[in-house]
Amino acid sequence: MKRIVYEGQSYGCSENETVLECLNSHGVPIPSSCKAGVCQTCLMRATKGNLPPESQKGLKPTLAEQNYFLACSCRPIDDMEISTPEPGQGKIPAKVIGIEPLNSDIVCVKLNPDIPFQYRAGQYINFFKDAATSRSYSLASVARLDDCIKLHVRRIPRGTVSTWIHESLAPGDRVDISEAIGDCFYVPGNPEQGLLLIGTGSGLAPLYGIIRDALADGHKGPIRLYHGSLNVEGLYLIEELRKLSLEHENFSYSPCISEGEAPEGFYQGIVLDVALKQTGTLSGWRVYLCGNPDMVNAAKKKTFLAGASMRDIYADPFVPAAS
Amino acid sequence: MSDTLYDKIGGDAAVNVAVDIFYRKVLADDRISRFFDGVDMDRQAAKQKAFLTMAFGGPNKYTGEDMRRGHAHLVAKGLNDSHFDAVMENIAATLTELNVPGDLIAQAAAIAESTRKDVLGK
Ligand SMILES: Cc1cc2nc3c(=O)[nH]c(=O)nc-3n(C[C@H](O)[C@H](O)[C@H](O)COP(=O)(O)OP(=O)(O)OC[C@H]3O[C@@H](n4cnc5c(N)ncnc54)[C@H](O)[C@@H]3O)c2cc1C
Ligand code: HEM
Repeated sequence: MKRIVYEGQSYGCSENETVLECLNSHGVPIPSSCKAGVCQTCLMRATKGNLPPESQKGLKPTLAEQNYFLACSCRPIDDMEISTPEPGQGKIPAKVIGIEPLNSDIVCVKLNPDIPFQYRAGQYINFFKDAATSRSYSLASVARLDDCIKLHVRRIPRGTVSTWIHESLAPGDRVDISEAIGDCFYVPGNPEQGLLLIGTGSGLAPLYGIIRDALADGHKGPIRLYHGSLNVEGLYLIEELRKLSLEHENFSYSPCISEGEAPEGFYQGIVLDVALKQTGTLSGWRVYLCGNPDMVNAAKKKTFLAGASMRDIYADPFVPAAS
Repeated sequence: MSDTLYDKIGGDAAVNVAVDIFYRKVLADDRISRFFDGVDMDRQAAKQKAFLTMAFGGPNKYTGEDMRRGHAHLVAKGLNDSHFDAVMENIAATLTELNVPGDLIAQAAAIAESTRKDVLGK
């Protein structure tokens, strides 16, 4: 018999019983539906113990890598500690080591966590202004390339946390952040696959991390970045990205302007439209979408209809916090 | 193991391919897209996979009661026989696109058809 620890309680799981059956038979309610490893309603995460491969069948690679599994298909092969996915609650103390402008609205916040901090470029953290107030910000840095964590924070008029970061936070300050969360990141394997990345505003943050991560991993397929804003002033890292595209033949950078005439070197139009028009069919491509929620949700649907498989679409809509 | 319809169609791998094709058809079908147009497409895709696995006679533990409960919120939004027919068409078109032989398509259609009363809450 294997032991399953869930929310501080330990349960015995008999031979041939699934984690879902075990917890339910002990009166622990876990949401489920198909009980056949398909609908993914009973998604859980293992913090200890090896997982049987069939319990991760059909999951996105980024979820599998973080030890998510389906409770209905998991007959434990180890003692396990498991949780329901409610990540982002842990608090890790960190020191602010720099705040630098990227353009007139966006700053780069550099952080050094006090303890070793594991993350994948493109994931995000919850950033605490105080014990009760936090907002999500994406990781623009790459663990194996950068010696600190970098966030790109856009100032939202009267925004509680972003305005505080822009106006009050200073190098030397100490803050709390959560562990890294989210499944919008680069997974190695399939180095020939085309990568399409579309972002608006500070939605470039996770994409910048993902691109540098993929290039450092030796990704060989085309990597196409489309970054959009109203005007040239809304874009940033333009020189860095142009330089990156000169250094890597397979990386292309298309900055897009939705208002007014586009100067030389920029595209005129809504970033999603420009990207879809230039790439055509997306069958076989992997797609990353970040930033404005309306853009991201429209892009999910349109890139899927253009041929990308649902399993290959990764998206982080920057939804405002519920007030 | 004897070959079930699900095995003959190609099992889990075939359903994975079928889901993308089916879901694309459904989203592009003005008659029914509104029922599927959830914001969370990932969750929807997983559910559509459960849907097709069932229609292909694959492993599932859904009961008629589950189908009733699972579609009740759609019936409340006006789901009726014409929408059910449209879904049946899309299932057949998906299988045709995958070059599944006609007799197997007919079997899948029969399984899906058998859920009509429950799905429509009749
Ligand atoms: C997964 C995820 C990743 C994110 N990553 C980043 C990131 O890398 N960089 C970044 O800058 N932001 C990112 N965000 C957005 C960020 O978490 C906050 O929502 C944003 O900074 C606003 O918080 P605030 O406290 O300043 O404003 P709030 O006090 O929460 O909001 C103030 C007012 O502004 C409105 N508002 C909020 N956001 C916007 C907006 N974008 N445009 C117009 N009005 C708005 C609110 O509805 C509210 O009325 C991310 C969000 C998510 C969910
Ligand atoms: C043809 C027979 C049908 C079968 C066998 C079937 C089967 C299923 C199954 C197994 C699920 C997953 C339930 C779950 O695990 O939560 C599901 C969900 C769903 N079905 Fe059907 N279905 C059928 C017809 C239809 C029709 C006609 C429509 C609408 C036009 C429809 C729309 C949906 C939607 C939108 C969901 C997701 C609901 C949610 O988000 O909770 N289905 N279906």
